Amino acid sequence: MSAASTVVAVVYLLSACLFIVGLKQMARIRTARRGNFISAVAMALAVAGTLVEMGFVDYRWILGGVVVGSAVGALAAIRVPMTAMPEMVALLNGAGGAASALVGVAFFYTHVIEAGRAGTVAEVVGSASALTLFLSVLVGAVTASGSLVAFAKLSGRMKGAPILLPGRHALNVVLVVATIAMGIAFTWMAPGMGAALGLIWALFAASLILGVTLVIPIGGADMPVVVSLLNSYSGVAASMTGFVIGNNMLIIAGAMVGAAGLILTQIMCKAMNRSLASVILGGFGGEVSAEAGASEYQNVRSAGVEEAVMVLEAARNVVIVPGYGLAVAQAQHAVRELADLLARRGVHVAYAIHPVAGRMPGHMNVLLAEADVPYEQLWDMDRTNSEIRSTDVVLVLGANDVVNPAAQNTPNSPIYGMPIIEAHQARHVFVIKRSLASGYAGIKNDLFELPNTNMIFGDAKKVLQDLVAELKQL
Amino acid sequence: MMGMLLVGIYVFVLAIFVGFEVINKVPSTLHTPLMSGANAISGITIVGALQAAATADVTMSNLLGAFAIALATINVVGGYLVTDRMLRMFGEKR
Repeated sequence: MSAASTVVAVVYLLSACLFIVGLKQMARIRTARRGNFISAVAMALAVAGTLVEMGFVDYRWILGGVVVGSAVGALAAIRVPMTAMPEMVALLNGAGGAASALVGVAFFYTHVIEAGRAGTVAEVVGSASALTLFLSVLVGAVTASGSLVAFAKLSGRMKGAPILLPGRHALNVVLVVATIAMGIAFTWMAPGMGAALGLIWALFAASLILGVTLVIPIGGADMPVVVSLLNSYSGVAASMTGFVIGNNMLIIAGAMVGAAGLILTQIMCKAMNRSLASVILGGFGGEVSAEAGASEYQNVRSAGVEEAVMVLEAARNVVIVPGYGLAVAQAQHAVRELADLLARRGVHVAYAIHPVAGRMPGHMNVLLAEADVPYEQLWDMDRTNSEIRSTDVVLVLGANDVVNPAAQNTPNSPIYGMPIIEAHQARHVFVIKRSLASGYAGIKNDLFELPNTNMIFGDAKKVLQDLVAELKQL
Repeated sequence: MMGMLLVGIYVFVLAIFVGFEVINKVPSTLHTPLMSGANAISGITIVGALQAAATADVTMSNLLGAFAIALATINVVGGYLVTDRMLRMFGEKR
């Protein structure tokens, strides 16, 4: 081992350690930002180490790629609105997956086609590299096209409703079997370079199609789970690339992302009361037609803004339950203004954040943080439920299924068993909502019929602004 | 060659365990930034992409490599910046 390659090996080791430390710190609120920075330093070290390892080469292609990528990435990161975070993560993820797949194909071109060597791919680069090359193309391409579909669904460029092709399970099985067969043929059986070349591109194409057919039957509401799962895949794809080029640091970083993505996916599924299997099989979580179930409601009391303000002003403590509707109406700032006004009148205000509030887990925290809501006012579900009985007023803003008592009281309800914020236990509940339309579970919300609940119909932002105006006049 | 593969598999499996241990019990507040932060790490594939585009020639491997570098850089730069943007908001007001 030369001195240079020893140094590089140490740099890679340091980089791998920093990735672990960074990820660890990212899992704690106080250290999260520093953790992200440490992880970025690890990435810079890894890149630096690779450049040293490569020695002096021609940098024009490298520079071109880095300049374009940095510009696009930085611009997107600075300009994306916080509400669009789920689709942003989906896009970035797709880019990572596509990169891994392309590295696999490029490796094949460099070492087999352009080197002009005869024999099967396994004979030329070794069966381990050939096999993992096939896997990095498969997993990378599935991640890329799957993420693009998730992006399209999340950003509304594609209908959120599940698209159920006839015989879709059979189709997926055929595609998986076909890609594996092609991978094996590519590794050991392709007699000439031409055949291997055809196979790798056919494999690429089939994997892209597989990514699409795997994600289109999954409903828009389940997309965050899909993004998280694809995030895990992109880590696995990177790890496979590590096997191809024989780089342990890449294997480590990729495997950690794979594991982390899987855990996050699991946590999300639990919070949404869905099994991973049922998400992947699809067909659930489409946008339910707007007025479904509306006629079933009886004894719903609606209230005006004046009445709500009187109750709010007399309260000692108010808990606000924000949901997806708040994000859609872009009403984060309006709700903070209301909370500030109430606080100035001596009302204690807190926000109850359900684990899956917003458009993906933790998204609501980001949105409220953007509106400068103090972190201490954000309560998690357990804290809220332990104090809900002594709460005077709960204000439900665009949340629906996560406050549905049917999850606790109706064993045959589809959401039975899902952890909820027990808004119905509070003395008084106001629900600000456009209509009695159902949430994504497509079921009636028993909370709306309870005697301590009043509905305030209207757009969340508009109603909040009216509440603020009314409160200011008092 | 098989020896290297075996070492790689050891590393892979152990790293998966590290990943599980590190992320377990993360507060739900951090799910979104953690997802985008972990996502940025998967851009580590840039290391492979760099090695694929190391000559001046106009070849298929260099074209694919440069494209892969661009995509991986988007993933890395975009991922870290946007994660920092989110986490900065958590830290600011207190």
